[in-house]
Amino acid sequence: MHETHYFDANASQKLRPAARDAVLSAFEAAGNPSSVHRPGRAVRRIMEDARDVIANGFGGQSQDLVFTSGGTEADATAIHAMSIGRRLIIGAIEHDAVRSAATGAAIVPVGRNGIADMEALETLLSDGNPSLVCLMLANNETGVIQPVEQAAALCRRYGALLHADAVQAAGRMPVRLDLLGAHSLAISSHKLGGPAGVGALLLSPDAPFTAPLVSGGGQERGRRGGTPAVALIAGFAAAVLAGQTDDLQRIATLRDAAERAALACGAVVCGDPEHRLPNTSCIALPGVAAGVQVIALDLEGIAVSAGAACSSGKVQTSHVLHAMGLGTLAGEAIRISLPWNVTEADIDAFATAYRRVADRLRPALV
Amino acid sequence: MTDAPSRPNQPVYLDNQATTRCDPRVVQVMLPYFSEEYGNPHSAEHVMGQRAEHAVEHARAQVAAAIGADAREVIFTSGATEANNIAIKGAARFAASMGDPRRRIVTVATEHKCVLESVADLAAEGFEPVILPVRTDGLLDPDKLREALVTPTLLVSVMAVNNETGVIQDIAGLAAIAKASGALFHTDLAQAVGKIAVDLTAWKVDLASVSGHKLYGPKGVGALFVRRRPRVRLTPLFSGGGQERGLRSGTLPAPLIVGFGEACRLATAERTVDAERIAVLRGGLWDRLRRDIPGVRLNGSDQARIAGNLNVTFPRATAFDLMRAVPDLCVSTGSACSSAEVEPSYVLRALGLSDRQAARTLRIGIGRFTSAADIDYAAAALAAANAACEAAGFENSAHDT
Repeated sequence: MHETHYFDANASQKLRPAARDAVLSAFEAAGNPSSVHRPGRAVRRIMEDARDVIANGFGGQSQDLVFTSGGTEADATAIHAMSIGRRLIIGAIEHDAVRSAATGAAIVPVGRNGIADMEALETLLSDGNPSLVCLMLANNETGVIQPVEQAAALCRRYGALLHADAVQAAGRMPVRLDLLGAHSLAISSHKLGGPAGVGALLLSPDAPFTAPLVSGGGQERGRRGGTPAVALIAGFAAAVLAGQTDDLQRIATLRDAAERAALACGAVVCGDPEHRLPNTSCIALPGVAAGVQVIALDLEGIAVSAGAACSSGKVQTSHVLHAMGLGTLAGEAIRISLPWNVTEADIDAFATAYRRVADRLRPALV
Repeated sequence: MTDAPSRPNQPVYLDNQATTRCDPRVVQVMLPYFSEEYGNPHSAEHVMGQRAEHAVEHARAQVAAAIGADAREVIFTSGATEANNIAIKGAARFAASMGDPRRRIVTVATEHKCVLESVADLAAEGFEPVILPVRTDGLLDPDKLREALVTPTLLVSVMAVNNETGVIQDIAGLAAIAKASGALFHTDLAQAVGKIAVDLTAWKVDLASVSGHKLYGPKGVGALFVRRRPRVRLTPLFSGGGQERGLRSGTLPAPLIVGFGEACRLATAERTVDAERIAVLRGGLWDRLRRDIPGVRLNGSDQARIAGNLNVTFPRATAFDLMRAVPDLCVSTGSACSSAEVEPSYVLRALGLSDRQAARTLRIGIGRFTSAADIDYAAAALAAANAACEAAGFENSAHDT
């Protein structure tokens, strides 16, 4: 079987070597970080060092960082802890983790470019009702970056809270809670090259936290019960550190090269090409169903997806592309998302495979 | 008087109910999934995702086998705490959402904090918690459960093995009582799997929680058993991508799940051998403590108890002083989650201990990696520490009887 070229980093990506080392060395330690004896304290130190690294890396303070089992739980915890007595307002292209935790929320529409409409947000906020707004920092399907800083300023002007899902943005663009002005950030480890099974909710010093979602033995200052997954936490921090030296420009250049190859075959790019994560491209091939493209590319050794990994396998059109008003193109778009270790050879393989697939599948032009 | 034993090279770890060392064999099977096998098990469209998915499903079958369940009844979670939260809150909220008029939730005073907290959260939503007492041996009197169930009850939650005393409840019997009354039955198996035989096919249990790191697996993973026949329905704690049949969203950590599966396989395969060896070690330790420290007392039933646990009240020395005197011996004053708290153990108080007695109590947890030399060290070190504490602090502790 030939080699697989992996273009599905937004689903998950290869663990960075530094993260892998940190995880494996932490598995050697036996203690429970809540225990007071020596192994317990040693494990606690690993965890608290990691907390410092991650909080610092994303513009927050260590005591405001709550470890969770991942981005989904971080989003759900933010909404659970901050929405009591508040109306919910969410962006139209939020991840299902936010959408399902915010049923009945008012929706901020996006334009065809995939960017949330800030005038619409202000209109919603201007009635002065206490609100919690959820706006993702970068979309998982298109990579389009949302105006979170602007939304945070609006929220603060109208007394609302802002939760930003930074799961896809973290590690792919500079992300600082303090500069964004949001009240909380959800971060996932495995999306930035750390291990799966851990994430964090980073709160601003003025964020209210009423009640934990997962209650338990008082861990995480009573904000999240359960024995913390120390090895994963160590790997998460190592990945955050390693990611800080990624050459994002190199990744953007490679992404653009892949995109050009697709455009030459008649594909179109979905979403604002300027305000995007450097690693993501959402490419539609008119007339060819996304699922068919994904399977054809997989047979060529190219791993891509037709949308969010969680819902891949489900036959339904992306709510993101639908919200952007892309019509039938919404069912004809694949997502390529470059991992941290992408190479030029991967891009060449993609270009060749895409050309072959497009030539074979694209309806003959009339 | 006993001479102070020579210090070991490594701390002697006798806190296996707080957490266990990840078995090297478990680490070994996880390794490939931390490197080349990094597919997202939900990316079923490409081959790397499919391989991760296969590994996850294999592990699911291993977890199911360890508890006598069908693989389709196993939902992966981040641990037993989350599983307990989903089971208790999920069952109550689902029933309420279907218009079920029952509000009563019955549990026991010695449950893990996360169970008691989950029940307390439900009280704020209008449910009626009933917290049953235990006998002085730590066991729940079945008649107390029957009395509580006179009022129509939604859910009963009783842990199989207590995390502080190691006391084993008769889950099969208690579950049968609950089922006869029409209530759902949940059991926290965090301390039970790998320690006692667990057969959820035979037991009339509807929901059960399992932890990875208590059975020599990794931290950050656990499972919730959700009975299929008759089907138990839950409202998820949080949603999103709809993984785990919508009951638990979020990307599954394939490496941890593979390790958890292997840990469950080992727990089943080695349970009897481990338990026999550990029982001998515990017997030896207890004999020596009784010989060298007149007046030590074992808390909780000595019959219905897992092999690895000793929960010991010392005659005069406080747990704090003993632990400070033997820094190389890792034992605890109670549950790890609340180790840093100064509050006496609510579990021991439920068994009838006074606050002062509770403050003189150590939890000792012997495990798979405990050696005879570890036990020798522990016995000698505790006896020496006790003698030193008594000599040094007699005037402080004289009133402490």
